[in-house]
Amino acid sequence: MSPWEIGRFALLGLLANKIRTALTMLGVLIGVGAVILLVAVGNGSSKSVQASIENLGTNLITVSHTAGGGRFGAAGRGSDLKDLTLDDAKALADPAQAPHVKSAAPVQSTSASVVYAAQSTTVNSVVGTTPDWFPTTNHQIARGVALSAADVDNARKVVVLGSTTVENAFGPEDPIDKQVLISGIPFRVVGVLATKGGGAQDTDDTVVMPVSTLRASLAGYGSLSQIAVQATSAADTDEAQAEITAVLNSRHKITSSAQTDYRIVNQESLLSANDETNRTFTVLLGAVAAISLLVGGIGITNIMLVTVAERTREIGIRKAIGAPRGAILGQFLAESTLLSVIGGALGVAAGLCAARFTVVGIEPVVVPSSVVAAFGVSVALGLFFGGYPAARAAALRPIEALRHE
Amino acid sequence: MSAPAPVVQVRGLTKEYGRGDAAVQALRGVDLTVAAGDFVAVMGSSGSGKSTLMNILGCLDTPTSGRYLLDGLDVGGLDEHQLSLVRNRRIGFVFQSFNLIPRTTALANVELPLAYAGVRARERRRRALAALDLVGLSERLHHRPNELSGGQQQRVAVARALVTAPAMLLADEPTGNLDSRSTAEILDIVSRLNASGRTVVVITHEDEVAARAKRVVRLVDGLVAEDRRQDAPWAVTA
Ligand SMILES: Nc1ncnc2c1ncn2[C@@H]1O[C@H](COP(=O)(O)OP(=O)(O)OP(=O)(O)O)[C@@H](O)[C@H]1O
Ligand SMILES: [Mg+2]
Repeated sequence: MSPWEIGRFALLGLLANKIRTALTMLGVLIGVGAVILLVAVGNGSSKSVQASIENLGTNLITVSHTAGGGRFGAAGRGSDLKDLTLDDAKALADPAQAPHVKSAAPVQSTSASVVYAAQSTTVNSVVGTTPDWFPTTNHQIARGVALSAADVDNARKVVVLGSTTVENAFGPEDPIDKQVLISGIPFRVVGVLATKGGGAQDTDDTVVMPVSTLRASLAGYGSLSQIAVQATSAADTDEAQAEITAVLNSRHKITSSAQTDYRIVNQESLLSANDETNRTFTVLLGAVAAISLLVGGIGITNIMLVTVAERTREIGIRKAIGAPRGAILGQFLAESTLLSVIGGALGVAAGLCAARFTVVGIEPVVVPSSVVAAFGVSVALGLFFGGYPAARAAALRPIEALRHE
Repeated sequence: MSAPAPVVQVRGLTKEYGRGDAAVQALRGVDLTVAAGDFVAVMGSSGSGKSTLMNILGCLDTPTSGRYLLDGLDVGGLDEHQLSLVRNRRIGFVFQSFNLIPRTTALANVELPLAYAGVRARERRRRALAALDLVGLSERLHHRPNELSGGQQQRVAVARALVTAPAMLLADEPTGNLDSRSTAEILDIVSRLNASGRTVVVITHEDEVAARAKRVVRLVDGLVAEDRRQDAPWAVTA
């Protein structure tokens, strides 16, 4: 028998029982499609977190004040611990002391209620800072103006709002030059930040005001929460970090690392840490998908076993009229190959299609190797589990196969 | 005129099913010779070993011991592939339960042995049509088994058995599931085939069927108890 003829028999065999064929293909389809989609979702979420971190700027360095644990660890040194101050921020911005620092801005944050037209929302990120903050942290102004040096010098009661805060407090109304009450104190809105989007928490729900105003009216005169620093380029972050350490150590009179009262985090390290968590996430999703593929595979196996059991009599008839073993094996192998290849191809198509939609807020990004792996595994499963029972049946004596119940 | 060479030569054939206490001796040493062109009816009570013998003659099963020469060829020495060739070319087997491939048309069923023999599609079609014409089913070529009556299914099975022009036609109670009219039709076909020179061995319980045969072999408890030639008044002359 020619291979063409064996293929024709296989096709006829599949068409002879359309529902069984369709169900088996559906099993393969779902398994393959799930692997492709889930891996794409995992990959997509990792990509989106990465993008939102990059959005903040990869040359952004954050110096934060060590509170609580730091003080506790340094208990033996009594009150030696220095605050992060506005002067620290100025010193870091000085090109003579830190040539690889492009800009630096003090950040003091608190949370407060924002009230407009009797509508109150709570904003957790109320930031007091200087005009340098906008370029340092890559924030653009969408409407109105940013804070000015004069605003800071005169501790004016002006604010720039994040886009989410505007939406929450004003709705569609134009907020520029409107009065809002922040913790009961009237402020004038001068500007709105451009939407950044992304990230686990909404960075667009924020209020920015002069640091002097914040300290005078809302938060008091303790240590700064952070100093935001921008290195001259992403490649210079290591040098910038070294310079920051040198400047702060000398200003805070720190001689050993045990005395350190601040912490430096750069986006690069955040990025790679995030990368790791996301890889774990993707692997987990992939494992779930692999299990669904396995279950799909068991489905194929089951149907193939049932098919062969059901068709053992048919194999007996074929042997009785002189079918050589190779022809029978060839037919069943071709059937299961056709099943799993067509089912797998449909699964790839379904997976790729589904990956074009947003799934639970994540834009899936297809990983090509997952497509190849899912397709390959489904074809291999189909071949093995279609071939093995058929080989067993074809090895029977015709009369045994014919008597099979 | 010298006697034609025997198609079947069986010596000391035994078949045992199962082991130990549960063992059943279905055949206990059968000797049988069937000459070319003969028409043998195998009779005997239920459980006497008729089907067992027939399955061995059709190379569907293997004996526990004994020799079986088919056209002078020792079947015991053949490998799996050679056996499939023997089943395909030399033997046509008809079952009591028809055993057509389900969901497959009459024509495709009859073409199947030719496909396994490697006959080309056009030649295959021609011979299958001729075989179906011989059994009077030219009108039902594209019907599936479940769209045919029992008698029609058995005629398809006969067409499938004879389409490769085997030397020997074996039939295990071919009319066991049929009414008297269908039985007569099948018997006419078989008689005609025998008249045209084909060797026929048929198992039956029915005297009406045995009456067509030239020779009746009776099995009792796995042994040949009677072997008698008879005139074949119903035989059709070609
Ligand atoms: N596969 C088997 N396993 C075990 N015993 C079997 C098997 N096939 C047949 N037998 C036994 O072998 C004996 C002969 O069976 P066989 O089918 O040859 O009888 P038979 O003459 O064809 O009977 P019937 O006229 O009822 O068809 C019986 O006792 C039967 O029980
Ligand atoms: Mg029987």
